[in-house]
Amino acid sequence: MSEAGELTVTLLRFGFLILLWILVLSTVGALRRDLVVGRRNKVGAPTAREIRRNPDLVEEPAPVRTPARRLVVTEGPLSGTTLDLAASPILLGRAQEATLVLEDDYASGRHARLFPQGSRWFIEDLGSTNGTFLAGNQLTRALPVEPGVPIRIGKTVIELRP
Amino acid sequence: MSDVLTVPRSRRTVEFFLLLLALGVAVGANYLAGIDREEPFGEYFWSQAVTLAVMGLFIHVILRFRAKYADPVILPIVIALNGIGLAMIHRLDLSALRVNPDFAPVAPQQVLWTAVAIGSAAVLLILLRDHRILRRFTYISLIVSAILLLLPLMPAPVGLEINGARIWISVGFGTFQPGEIAKITLAIFFAGYLSTNRDLILLAGKKIGPLQLPRFRDLAPMAAAWLVSIGVLIFQRDLGSSILFFGLFMVMIYVATSRVSWVLIGLALIGVGVFVALELFSHVALRFDSWINAFAPEVYGRAPGGSAQVVQGLFGLANGGLIGTGLGAGRPDLVTYANSDMIIAALGEELGLIGVVAIVMLYVLLVSRGIRAALGTKDGFGKLLACGLSFTIALQCFVVIGGITRLIPLTGLTTPFMSAGGSSLLANWLIVGLLLLISETARRPAPSPLMKDSFPAPLGMNGKRLKKKPAQEATP
Repeated sequence: MSEAGELTVTLLRFGFLILLWILVLSTVGALRRDLVVGRRNKVGAPTAREIRRNPDLVEEPAPVRTPARRLVVTEGPLSGTTLDLAASPILLGRAQEATLVLEDDYASGRHARLFPQGSRWFIEDLGSTNGTFLAGNQLTRALPVEPGVPIRIGKTVIELRP
Repeated sequence: MSDVLTVPRSRRTVEFFLLLLALGVAVGANYLAGIDREEPFGEYFWSQAVTLAVMGLFIHVILRFRAKYADPVILPIVIALNGIGLAMIHRLDLSALRVNPDFAPVAPQQVLWTAVAIGSAAVLLILLRDHRILRRFTYISLIVSAILLLLPLMPAPVGLEINGARIWISVGFGTFQPGEIAKITLAIFFAGYLSTNRDLILLAGKKIGPLQLPRFRDLAPMAAAWLVSIGVLIFQRDLGSSILFFGLFMVMIYVATSRVSWVLIGLALIGVGVFVALELFSHVALRFDSWINAFAPEVYGRAPGGSAQVVQGLFGLANGGLIGTGLGAGRPDLVTYANSDMIIAALGEELGLIGVVAIVMLYVLLVSRGIRAALGTKDGFGKLLACGLSFTIALQCFVVIGGITRLIPLTGLTTPFMSAGGSSLLANWLIVGLLLLISETARRPAPSPLMKDSFPAPLGMNGKRLKKKPAQEATP
C-alpha cells in the first residue's frame, strides 16, 4: 500500500475512535435533561404552549400535611398504648409477628397493615374476617390515613397523631 | 422518584439522529475492519449495513407509533454495539480465511441472527403493548425457565455438549442456548413473585440485632434460585450462567425488600456453593488456578483449564495500548474464541483503551437507562423487571470484561450484543424490547392528575382493581 493510502487508513482509524466518542458524548448530551432529578426549574418549567397542550403539567400546590409520628390506641383493650412510627410498615393483628399485637377477639391474625408512602401513611385490610373501618367506612383497598381519623379494628380504635 | 417533572416530549427525533450516528459507527467499523483485507464495499459490507439500517429504522418507526415516549437512547446504543460486534466478527473471519480457506465464515450467520433478533424485538413491541401483562405469566415463566434449563440435559439429539459445557440444544439449522432465554423468563418470575409477596417477606420474620431474618417459608424461592444456579453449575458445567442467575435473584430481592440480611444470606449461600464446587469439580478449581497463577508456564500450557486464552487476551490488550492498533491491523485472531468469549480482548487490541472505554461507556449508559426506566415506572412489577433485566446486562459485562482483564476468573458468558452467537443476541434484543416498553410507561405523561400518586394501588388507578370493588362491598 502506498504512503498516502496508509496515511488515509490511519486517519480513518483515528476518525473511527473519534466517531465512537461523539456517539457516547451525544448520547450523554441527549440525557442531560434527564439527569437532574426532582428539581423542576432545572429541567425547565413548561412554557405556556406546553401547558395548553398538556394541562397536567400545572401542579396545584399540595395541601400542607403534618406528617404522622405516633400511633395511638384510643379504644379497646389496649387503650392508651402508643407506638412511634418509623419508616417501616406496621402489621396490625393478633398474630405474634404483628407489630402491634391486638388482644381483640374480633381482630384477625393478620388484620391490616399501615405503610408509609411519600409523606403519607396508608392503611390496607389484609383480608380480615370482620373488616377494617376508616372513619366508619369499611376498607376495600389501601387508603391514605390523615392524622386524627379513627381506624376501627374489631373493638380497637387507633389513630395517627402528628 | 416519580416526582421527576419533565415536559413530556416524545424525543423520537433525538433518537433518529442518534440512530444515524450509531449506524455511522456500525458501518464505519465494518468498513475499517475489512479495509486492508478485502475489496471495499463487498457483499458482506452491504448486507451488514442494510440489515442494521433497515431493522434499526424499523424499530424506530414502531416506537414512533406504538411507544412514543420510550427512552430515546437505548436503541442507538444497542445498534452501535451490535454493529461493532458484527464488524469485529467479520474481521476475525477474514483472518481465519487467510489461514484456512475452507473456514466457514461466522459473520453472515450473525447478520442473519441480528435480523431475526431485531425482528423478534419488533414483534414483542407490537404484540406486547404493556409489560404489565407479563405479570399474569409469573408462574408460567417459572415453568418455562425450568424447561429451558432442563432442555440441554436431554439425551443427544436435543442436548449437546460443546467444550465440556452442556448448555446447547440442537434446533435443526444450528445450536441454541436456552439458558439465554431463561434469564428473561426467570426475571419475569422473580419480578412477579416479589412484587406480589414483597410485603409478606418484609413484614414477617424475627429480628436479630440489625438484621431482620426472613421466615423459613419465605426463603423457599431463594433456596429454589440457589438450587437452580448450583444445578446449572453441576449438571451443565456452566459457571457463568450460574453466577448470572443467582446474581439476578439477589439483586431483585434486594431491590424489592431493601434488606441487607437477604444479601448476606445470599452471599453465604454462594460462598458455600463456590466452596463445594471448588472441592468437587475439577473444572472450577482449574479456573481459579488459571486465574491466580495465569502467567506460570505450566498453568499456561495445561491441556484442560490452561490460562493460555486469558493470557493471550491480555497480551492483545497490551499490544493495543492506549489508541489500539487500528481496526483490522492487530492480531486478535491468535486468541481462541476471539469472536465470542474474548471479543472484548479483540476490540481492546484494535481500538485500544480509548475505544474499549467508549464501548464500556455505551454499556453503562444502556444499563443506566434501564435503571432509570425502573425508577420512573410506577408499578412494582415493572420496576423489578427493568432492574433485573438491566442488571443481567451489567453483570454479564462485568463477568466478561472482568474475566478478560483478569479481575475475576474467566467464565464463559457472552458479551451482550457483540459475541458471535444467535441465542445471546436474540435474548438481549428481547431484553431491549422489554426495557423500551417499560421506559415508555415510565416517561409517558400521566393521563390524569390521579395517576400522580397512584403507587399504593397501581392497578386500581387504571381501573383494573376497581372492578372488584362492587363485589367486595356486596358482602356485609
